[in-house]
Amino acid sequence: MWRDAWLVASRDLRIEARSRVAIWQVLPFALLTLLLFAFALGPKPGLLAESAPGLFWLSVLFASVLAAQRSSAIEGTSATKDAARLLGLDPSGVFLGRLGALLLEIVALEAVLLAGVTLFFHVRVTSWAVLIPSLLLAAIGLCAANVLYGSLAGEARVRATLLPLLVLPAVAPVLIAGSKAFSSSVLVGDGGSGARWLGVLAVFAVVYSALGIVLYGPLEES
Amino acid sequence: MAPAISLRSAVVVAGNYPVLSGVDLDLEHGHVCVVLGANGAGKTSLLRLLSGLATLTAGTACVLDCTLPDEGASLRRQVGLLGHDVGLWDDLYPAENLRFALRAARQDPSLATEALERVGISGKTAKTRLGLLSEGQRRRVGLALLIARRPQLWLLDEPHAGLDASTRLLLSELVESAAQGGATVVATSHEPELSVPMADVVLTMRGGAVIEQRLGGRLRPRGVSDVA
Amino acid sequence: MQRALKILGPTALALVVVDVILGLWVTPPDEVQGDLVRLVYLHPALAWVALYVAFGLAALCSILYLWKRTRSLTFDRLAAASVEVGVVFTVLTLITGSIWGRPTWGVWWTWDARLTSTALLAVLFIGYLALRRVPADPDVRAKRCAVAALFAAVDVPIVHFSVVWWQTLHQGATVLNANLSPRIHGSMAWTLLLSFIAFTALFAWMVLMRFKLEELNTEGEDAELAAAIVARQAEGVSS
Repeated sequence: MWRDAWLVASRDLRIEARSRVAIWQVLPFALLTLLLFAFALGPKPGLLAESAPGLFWLSVLFASVLAAQRSSAIEGTSATKDAARLLGLDPSGVFLGRLGALLLEIVALEAVLLAGVTLFFHVRVTSWAVLIPSLLLAAIGLCAANVLYGSLAGEARVRATLLPLLVLPAVAPVLIAGSKAFSSSVLVGDGGSGARWLGVLAVFAVVYSALGIVLYGPLEES
Repeated sequence: MAPAISLRSAVVVAGNYPVLSGVDLDLEHGHVCVVLGANGAGKTSLLRLLSGLATLTAGTACVLDCTLPDEGASLRRQVGLLGHDVGLWDDLYPAENLRFALRAARQDPSLATEALERVGISGKTAKTRLGLLSEGQRRRVGLALLIARRPQLWLLDEPHAGLDASTRLLLSELVESAAQGGATVVATSHEPELSVPMADVVLTMRGGAVIEQRLGGRLRPRGVSDVA
Repeated sequence: MQRALKILGPTALALVVVDVILGLWVTPPDEVQGDLVRLVYLHPALAWVALYVAFGLAALCSILYLWKRTRSLTFDRLAAASVEVGVVFTVLTLITGSIWGRPTWGVWWTWDARLTSTALLAVLFIGYLALRRVPADPDVRAKRCAVAALFAAVDVPIVHFSVVWWQTLHQGATVLNANLSPRIHGSMAWTLLLSFIAFTALFAWMVLMRFKLEELNTEGEDAELAAAIVARQAEGVSS
């Protein structure tokens, strides 16, 4: 399983390095959403700073759906799916590989967006001990859910509209917990206890990763 | 020794449509079978069933000692399929595609280079993304994968389509070489003048079933029996 | 099943009618909430059916479908029927909750933890129904939907706790600070109990009807498939 995961992750990352879709399309889209939020809410610095945690995570969520669409497109023509089955790749390994490749992209995206909200929304991070784990755990959960639901949503034509409808309600806990963890690590808003929200993110990440390892195979058989 | 392929009244349904409506077929190891028939006759569906990719709905099927549908996963590892779409990744180079596939199949990735050279993919072509190559070049890369993987069962869907004369000749040589090595080959075709000479058995399909079976033009080594 | 449906349907309807009569006219108003309390004979029962019975049944049937030993399209159809009816009950839960909320909080909607998680659950299962409508082989569709239902069921407790914790940080919008659990005794208690039984029976009847409809559709499809196989074979015979 791990060997196949490594193979698939390297393949997906090599494809991304060559096509640069994440860099040239997904990342600009995410930065654009930050700008659009600022236009929608108005330029009052206090309001933007207070809304920053939620806006940051909304941008990550939307961008992750886009990145997942791309990941499914790489994996997902029926001929390449057939090829993967014929080669005897362990489906759990394929899931972990896709998850790993997508995770790297999303973590990089989060880093750039974090710089964006710091710069544009005047946010100052005071507790990296809460923020960094929350970014990682949330990214794992988001990527696991996106890969799984991407597999559920079927072929490209239908997936484009169905995937957001399926995945966004399911990752609402990530949005809530991520925003609250972010709030508790900056000097605005009332985040409550950061540890509690890290717990929610950890549970979500573990649950969806486990579901993926078990269910990706049966899903891809169909 | 059990036949390589044994189908009895095999039915495959896709989206409520019976793509195969009851196929009977026996094929020995090391034999080459060519399947003829009009569009929609069920030729591609037969290949998908034999590869373990399509689910058997009714009837029985035993391929390479694997009973379908239960042992589909074991069967798939022994099969090489070259379809209309070669099933490789457009953003990777030919060699990268082959090395990935060989590693996934737990085989030696260094076989990729020799296999690509055998089909004439080298130099600048070898360092071009698969998606930018011509249809004929892509099919040659698909063939290279079969050469490198050496599966027990070769399934070729209209293999001559899109190939130039020299590659068609190469294909016939590869098929003969595979069969002599003990592999079983099933190929669909719209070009009987090219495919029948390389076949032991020629099937004609219509309406999702085999309607005619006759001998092909392949000159077999002594000791290989005729198919009943 | 026909006989069960013939008994269950009228019984469920009768129980609901009795519940409504008792709730609207027979039971007394509450000392704090007045007549507003009469929604307690609808809302909790609807919520109970939607959140526990409907989606619990869907999750159970989905597991039974995914487990090879018990795999059968019957469970898939039952799960789908349960989700469809469950979404209806969930929307009714939200509507009755809003109707109660308007005079209580002065607004049709508030970000109360229960209302919010219920709304999210409704969207999760609407996603299931959208997935169900995507054309696919019955087995493929059944597998995808079973997995989607399982994801949603697993997500429900996570959603619930997240929302409760999220909401508790923002206490204060409610002037009355009332909730839909007044002290209940006497005829109110019996009527409340009756409402749970009535709506559970109604749910069971609606699910079985929907299931029966799906089975009839499938029988039709099976007959069509048999005819299609014969026609396809005839293609092979004729020249």
